[in-house]
Amino acid sequence: MKQQVPLVLCFLFGIVMILTEFSPHTASQATYKEIANWGRVISPFVFVLAVVTLIQTHWTRIQRRVEHWQYSLVVFFGMIVMVVAGLPYGPQHPAFKWLFNNVQVPMDATMFSLLAFFIASAAYRAFRARTFEATLLLLTAVIVMVGNIPVGDLLWPDAASNARQWILDNPNLSARRGIILGVSLGAISQSIRIILGIERSYLG
Amino acid sequence: MATLGIWIAAFLTICIYSFLYRDNPFYRFAEHLLVGMSVGYIIVLTIYFGFIPYAWTPIKNAVTGETSALGFLTLIPICMGLLFFARLSDRHAWLIRYPIAILMGISSGIMIPNALQTDIFAQIRGTLGPYSVIGTLSAFEIVGAILMVVGVVCTLTYFFFSVEHRGPIAGISKVGIAFLMIGFGSAFGNTVMGRVALLIQRVDFLINGWLGTIF
Amino acid sequence: MFEKLMNIDRRIIFILVALVVIIPMLFTFSIPLNVSEPTQKLYDYIEGLPAGATIMISFDYGPSSFPETEPMAAAVMKHCFDKGIQVIGITLEYIDAVPLADRVMQQVAEEKDAVYGEDYVLLGYRPGESFVILGMGAEIASVFDSDFSETPIGEIPMMQNITNYDQVSLLLNLAAGSSVEGWITYGHTKFNLKIAAGVTGVIVSQMYPYLQTGQLVGLLAGFRGAGEYEKLINAPGEGTKGINTASFVHLLIIGLVVIGNIAFFVQRRREE
Repeated sequence: MKQQVPLVLCFLFGIVMILTEFSPHTASQATYKEIANWGRVISPFVFVLAVVTLIQTHWTRIQRRVEHWQYSLVVFFGMIVMVVAGLPYGPQHPAFKWLFNNVQVPMDATMFSLLAFFIASAAYRAFRARTFEATLLLLTAVIVMVGNIPVGDLLWPDAASNARQWILDNPNLSARRGIILGVSLGAISQSIRIILGIERSYLG
Repeated sequence: MATLGIWIAAFLTICIYSFLYRDNPFYRFAEHLLVGMSVGYIIVLTIYFGFIPYAWTPIKNAVTGETSALGFLTLIPICMGLLFFARLSDRHAWLIRYPIAILMGISSGIMIPNALQTDIFAQIRGTLGPYSVIGTLSAFEIVGAILMVVGVVCTLTYFFFSVEHRGPIAGISKVGIAFLMIGFGSAFGNTVMGRVALLIQRVDFLINGWLGTIF
Repeated sequence: MFEKLMNIDRRIIFILVALVVIIPMLFTFSIPLNVSEPTQKLYDYIEGLPAGATIMISFDYGPSSFPETEPMAAAVMKHCFDKGIQVIGITLEYIDAVPLADRVMQQVAEEKDAVYGEDYVLLGYRPGESFVILGMGAEIASVFDSDFSETPIGEIPMMQNITNYDQVSLLLNLAAGSSVEGWITYGHTKFNLKIAAGVTGVIVSQMYPYLQTGQLVGLLAGFRGAGEYEKLINAPGEGTKGINTASFVHLLIIGLVVIGNIAFFVQRRREE
């Protein structure tokens, strides 16, 4: 029950989706559509896992009074405020939208904008032409940066943006395609292993 | 309310930027508030845009006769989805394997044929395609086409771990590393643009959106 | 001296970064921008669509990435409304994109006198990315039975003649994550839907293989892409303003890399 049934379910659903993909028969396409619909219906429930795990983590922090446990109360405060503002009247309620626009958006955007400072600091401290490969990386990054900005074209008319475009269209494209091919072959073989029950790590 | 919103947004923005000096209680407060509010937001939207349209409405329509009795079929995935709540009980936590297994099966089954087309066949076609019209290409484009095949083959060779990288394979793989470095370099160059964009937006808010309302 | 330079306090670099963002913002200036081929391709494709055609925009970005993608959305929608092209907005990957999409759609609609439900509509968010793409390929109403404010899809005038992707001329994915690959894999490969992308700088480089194969009809690359599109429609906006300001931060970072390397090589030579 605990091990075999999930493996059988995974196999059946996987095989049915592959077979129905190749059959244009009406019944086959209806099956494909219905099962894809089932996947869609199950998917929002995955959030339950994430939310439960987060609540458990912060609840444990409060119970054990670990260092900075008081901030876990802030997590619960923020969560409760949003749920109370949004759940009764829906996400279109002005209070919910106000909280989103004036609290959540500024914090989220600012948090990620910190990376601009760290990227500048890292570029200064770690971006060294120590080896041939590191030099290639550094030179490419500089050319793309100059090509990305209008000042680049002002300093070297057309050359800056053309050089950037050539790098993106040629060597970058080849490297990315190599990665796509490698990753996709890996993902496809992993999917086959999952359907056949060889890969079982998702069962925990 | 609008002015209050601007002031709160400015206060929280500065709280987070205070981390640039060093870690401090203001930053930690904002960080945890963000986590909590994001989760609260996800709960509300998942209920309104996920559970209600996917689970509640089809069942309601089937009960009221607005759709055929086939609507009750939706009960099967709903029940499967509800098994995720078994995570709350240590004794029954293993039940979440059922919906996870079904999702894995469906996703894998859908992915295999489509990914083969999108990421394997189409990409190989794209790499070899220029050679079918080579007569119409300029010298510059022919160089590009050759470079593309060389780059793709060398990059793939670098990722091919079943063979020991010695002799000619090591040489080809080294060329592959060079292509990868150019790829990562261009990614870094573009990433700078992305991160700077965020910073500009926040500084614009502080200068024009917040200080602009005072002075 | 070089040792000191190499061990400079990182907070001095932070102050420099802040200054090169703040100072250019205090002045008004404009630097000409060249239009790249991927942006031109997207513009040409939309320009070639007849009035009354429909494009779908998938807003797959959140508050952590909207400054780059929002100007793209605004520029493309302005172009569409000028040409009488209808716009359907949806959200797949980022649950918090709905209010952001609503905001930018309303702003552009007000500017261009576009009417909700007739010229544009925002269907909102549905979880289950790949399943949603597949579901809409069969029937949009089977996934979105109502718009984001719960108006039934049957009561929205512009949705009367739109059943599935057959009536959608282009899907523009404004993305900060992996949704473009999802749209290509399930939307383009399975339903032959034309896809274009407007992406954040972080993921620009990985789009090029799909552009070369024609799986993407066009590409807007970050702030620059937004600025280029604004230039094409002759309506400078946030993208143009942003990329101009960004120029100075880029120059600072390049300068820091150069100084850091000079200091590194001088010190290494001394040690040798």
